[in-house]
Amino acid sequence: MKMTIPQRIARGLVYALLLIVFCGPFWGILATAFTKNTVQPGQLVLWPSNPTFDHFIYAWSEVKIWIYLFNSLFVVAIATVLQTFVSALAAYALARKKFRGAAIVSLAIISTMMLPDEVIAIPLYLILHAELPLLHTSIYNTYAAMILPVVGWAFSVFLLTEFMKAIPRDLEDAARVDGANELQIFWRVVLPLVRPALGTATIFGFLMIWDQYLLPLIAVDDRNLYTLPVILRSLRVDEVLQQNIFIAVTVVATVPCIVVYLLLQKQFNRGLMSGAVKG
Amino acid sequence: MWFHSKRLRWIVPWLFLAPALIIFTWFKFVPIIKGLFMSFYKVRFSGSDQWVGLANFERALSDSALHAASLNTLIYVVSTTIAGGIFAFAVALALEGQARHIRLIRTAIFIPAVTSIAVLAEIWRILFYPGADGVVNQMLGVFAVGPQGFMSDPDQALFIVILMQIWKNVPYNMMIFIAGLASINRELYDAASVDGASAFRKLWHVTIPGLVPAFSVVVMLSLIRGFRVFTEVYTTTGGGPANATEVIMTNIFKAGFERFDYGYAAAVSFLLFAFTVCLTIVHVSVKNRIDRT
Repeated sequence: MKMTIPQRIARGLVYALLLIVFCGPFWGILATAFTKNTVQPGQLVLWPSNPTFDHFIYAWSEVKIWIYLFNSLFVVAIATVLQTFVSALAAYALARKKFRGAAIVSLAIISTMMLPDEVIAIPLYLILHAELPLLHTSIYNTYAAMILPVVGWAFSVFLLTEFMKAIPRDLEDAARVDGANELQIFWRVVLPLVRPALGTATIFGFLMIWDQYLLPLIAVDDRNLYTLPVILRSLRVDEVLQQNIFIAVTVVATVPCIVVYLLLQKQFNRGLMSGAVKG
Repeated sequence: MWFHSKRLRWIVPWLFLAPALIIFTWFKFVPIIKGLFMSFYKVRFSGSDQWVGLANFERALSDSALHAASLNTLIYVVSTTIAGGIFAFAVALALEGQARHIRLIRTAIFIPAVTSIAVLAEIWRILFYPGADGVVNQMLGVFAVGPQGFMSDPDQALFIVILMQIWKNVPYNMMIFIAGLASINRELYDAASVDGASAFRKLWHVTIPGLVPAFSVVVMLSLIRGFRVFTEVYTTTGGGPANATEVIMTNIFKAGFERFDYGYAAAVSFLLFAFTVCLTIVHVSVKNRIDRT
């Protein structure tokens, strides 16, 4: 399709407008975090004049954001790995085994997909406080309280089940003839074949867990366990930080999701596609 | 190995399911059931709850603060769903295709969709800072519009929070539309061209019907996200000023964690949950009807 010059200009303007609206603010906080000149609340700079790392250094050593960065990364890493692993195990049973109760189990799990986590926040808060059965200890105010509730995620179970169903039975049978046991078939045959889906489950899980706000808010009240999203509001409300420093903290909280998205973009788009095509 | 014996084979799937079932039971199913029970009690943190029957629900139905919050939630849902859908559709049409520069732009504008809400909220508070120095107020100044109060003005606050949700939803929905557009059969466009159809008629008769599944996903996602909205409001305005942006979930949060009125908070949560379930059922049945025709 050939475009006339006015059409090209119009297209260019549309692209520029979209980039300004959706990326401009991120450029603004980035530039402001690196600029030496102090800004007032509500101001951003377009270009970092006298670029400096000072605000990040201050945020690191004085605001101690490394605590919150560590908490966020620790929770998201452990929870994402557990979530994907637990989902893959369940998906293996649901996709590759015929057994009584399979339909009920999969219905129960899928039904939580439509359950907004927010509506169980109040009972969940009390359950996190309560002692666990058998273990006689409460996980309230520990990393486990932020990790375990997000390990069960129906979307990830559902996605992996769909992909595992598509694996030809011959491959499994061949491995069985060679004497492989269930765990070996799961680990050596099925998991490698659904690697793209594992990638998709991982990135969606990562973003979902990184974005958790209400859960850390109700799961811990020790400030040293706060994650980056939670500490942001707390820093703004409770402490009067110089604006550039606060913006530097915001930048630190932004970078991990963007990096992960850029690295795993292909897997991410595949996940969106499968949702859109299936409807 | 032992589980190869015929008698014990049935246990194999349950061993694979066990971790998921334990987690789902303790952190999803138990809270749902506990929440349902709590809504009939006056819950005390120390235990010794007191049965109050339907009192919590009666209070919910006559609570004017909750009514206001529900109305705000409804406004929030309707406007983010409609505006988020329409803008995303337009952006998807503008950014359709596999050219390298278009793919790059799509990736770039997707950034708000993957950024945590708490970060978006802080960015929004900077952009819409109420003073004359604020970024958006400076831009408005160019058009000779005086500084606005934005999130500190009860008349504007809800609109500004809605705008943030749209800002986050548009790129996300756009990607779903892009996937939908890619799945439309090219031959339909060619056939329409042969028939001499105008660009608008192609849009109306080929593109939009082909995107029905994508629209369905977008609407459902926006509805679910909208009715449960909490973090977006809590981190930007906290429900203020003067309760102007209070939504159902912030109302529940305050009842539970500020007034320790757990039974009441559970009852309102349950109403929201029941409503979400109804919505899902309606959506599925409408979708099935569309699929059949």
